[in-house]
Amino acid sequence: MAPPLYLLVSPYIQPATVGKQITMNCRSEVLEVSVEGRQVDEAMLALLHTILLHRSTGKFHYKKEGTYSIGTVGTQDIDCDFIDFSFVRVSSDELDRVIRKTVGEFKDAMGNGTDGMGQISLEFYQKKKSRWPFSDECIPWEVWSIKVNVVNLANEQERQICREKVGEKLGEKVINIVEVINQHEYLPKMPTQSEVDNVFDTSLKDVQPYLYKITFQITDTLGTSVSTTMRRLIKDTLAL
Amino acid sequence: MDSDLSPQDKKDLDKFMKFFALKTVQVIVQARLGEKVCTRSLSSPTGSDWFNLAIKDIPEVTHESKKALAGQLPGIGRSMCVEISLKTSEGDSMELETWCLEMNEKCDKDIKVSYTVYNRLSLLLKSLLAITRVTPAYKLSRKQGHDYVILYRIYFGEVQLTGLGEGFQTVRVGVVGTPVGTITLSCAYRTNLAFMSTRQFERTAPIMGIIIDHFVERPFGNMGHMHPCNYRAPGEDEGACNGVEDSQEVCTTSFSTSPPSQVRMSLLSKPPDFCHPSTLNAADPHQMGVPGKEGGVPQQVPVQPCHGAQAEHRRVSSCPPVSPSLPWPQTSSRIVEVKSGSPCDVLETTFTRKVGAFVNKPGTQVTTASLDLPFAAFAPRAYDLEENDPMVQPPESSATSSPLQGSLHSQGSGESGGPAQDDFVMVDFKPAFSKDDLLPMDLGTFYREFQNPPQLASLTIDVSSQSMAEDLDSLPEKLAVYEKNIDEFDAFVDTLQ
Repeated sequence: MAPPLYLLVSPYIQPATVGKQITMNCRSEVLEVSVEGRQVDEAMLALLHTILLHRSTGKFHYKKEGTYSIGTVGTQDIDCDFIDFSFVRVSSDELDRVIRKTVGEFKDAMGNGTDGMGQISLEFYQKKKSRWPFSDECIPWEVWSIKVNVVNLANEQERQICREKVGEKLGEKVINIVEVINQHEYLPKMPTQSEVDNVFDTSLKDVQPYLYKITFQITDTLGTSVSTTMRRLIKDTLAL
Repeated sequence: MDSDLSPQDKKDLDKFMKFFALKTVQVIVQARLGEKVCTRSLSSPTGSDWFNLAIKDIPEVTHESKKALAGQLPGIGRSMCVEISLKTSEGDSMELETWCLEMNEKCDKDIKVSYTVYNRLSLLLKSLLAITRVTPAYKLSRKQGHDYVILYRIYFGEVQLTGLGEGFQTVRVGVVGTPVGTITLSCAYRTNLAFMSTRQFERTAPIMGIIIDHFVERPFGNMGHMHPCNYRAPGEDEGACNGVEDSQEVCTTSFSTSPPSQVRMSLLSKPPDFCHPSTLNAADPHQMGVPGKEGGVPQQVPVQPCHGAQAEHRRVSSCPPVSPSLPWPQTSSRIVEVKSGSPCDVLETTFTRKVGAFVNKPGTQVTTASLDLPFAAFAPRAYDLEENDPMVQPPESSATSSPLQGSLHSQGSGESGGPAQDDFVMVDFKPAFSKDDLLPMDLGTFYREFQNPPQLASLTIDVSSQSMAEDLDSLPEKLAVYEKNIDEFDAFVDTLQ
């Protein structure tokens, strides 16, 4: 059997999804929400930030004798404007900017004013160095898939009800996320100084999340996903 | 059980448990303060941030936690609970939720204390941060102020959930296995928010509005052993110190990436000091170190249901000892809207005065009371009937009409001519930019004419009676015509379906 093929695009943004992960230790969780168009951004930010809060540590400072100390992670409360909901995120403007940018692109891809379905995936992975000419392998160990169903509402009363309902739903999703995280399943081993970039994203100056990538796919009205088409094209091209 | 644990590990584990319990209480109480919490990330560890999380320490809360723990740690059969309740301005109270930190007998002997347990406790605190924003009490606490306040109580021992009413829900925040037992953190919260009047307190003079004002006595006098969740911490620039009372107990954790057998932990700490020896005797008045506040008889580790507490008069002030330049403007000027449809809509929505902390009231409305009541200004006065009081009976426009809206109203109605009144002088209204090219009238004339249109002819009585008679006469003819065209009508109805 051929090894799984991974498409490496940019570290953070991939409009087309990577193919199915066939890895032993990868844990996959799916969350589903139905929101109104203008709530997409905040709902995605709430869930992604909640996950990243749990998957970020302080900055590592390696010292002699193979020991390291860990910086401090601050948190802040964020109130949503279009949803009756508040969530906690890591106090890192850099991280927030990256996530907002991706969510913005997802929202744009979903389109404005139309019903639609999409899925945004947050994947935590480890890098495994390969010998030349092969590029590094990315081995996911946890994937969170957030399925979004966008609805359009007719009047203000429905929107008000939607504000509250979506707020309650997001609360349930946060509880689900916390339940999964507290099962304490696989986490990458703490790396040595030379290996830290294979496990953590060390590019931010205040916090250090595990290496992650966010991808999304939009389901068009015909039900086929853009990614499936892309994958077929690529497979044909490479004649695998 | 403990024989498998090295003395160093045992010591570390006890320390982790102690600080985890203290931090848990801080997170819960701070989440119920009614304001957004924000702490900064620091890339370099300061040595005082336990579990690598920036969680401020409110000194009073730490003090209360330590008092409740009284030198013990949460263990099997000894749970630490934080009870959150709501108390209205009329003295009614209701338990909202109880957070429980418990331990059971299931041990995980193989787990590494200094590394895995520590990191998992850190993760559990993050989960607690997330979950505290999700339970119903969070929204209630964000709206506290005039109508009600949120109180907290810490107790140690057996968990009491009877005050939460029927059908309470439980959410588990998380578990962490340790060599001496499994730590569980959970929350039981009330779902039935129908307000039960539990007036067990002596009724004071009715208070129409509550201002949380740091210059005045605490409005909720009989709080007993409950503490208000409205502490305003000193500003960030008032000191870099986190306020950690155990200043000697810093946590500088360094972790090793070497094989597990060489895991090393360096903690800079003095000999274990689980709590400060209590300097308070039961009989001494309890001063929180804040000048000008009343004391009372302190309670020792109260393990009693909240509602049963009647006679305790310990007024614990959570007012920070700061200069008057740091008042609580937001708390007192926040407009507390009890929205319908929200969980708290069953609370009495008495219309209370919504007054900001620095509002200068006109002398006629509020006079400095000659009475001794703290809020005498709000007590009903014989000469100021509620019906006439514009603050109690809201005007016709919306209760929260903004000044802008008010000015818009006045603009709209002030300019029309209208029926001439004795006090007004008729002025020829020349609106700006008006032209009379199409119609031989200007905007003002147009406006005046069309403001009072004549009544519709069909609505006048004599005209309608005439047409009614005519209608009746023509009815048979009309019916005949409709019957003739019945096929057309049927076809039309079919197209509609």
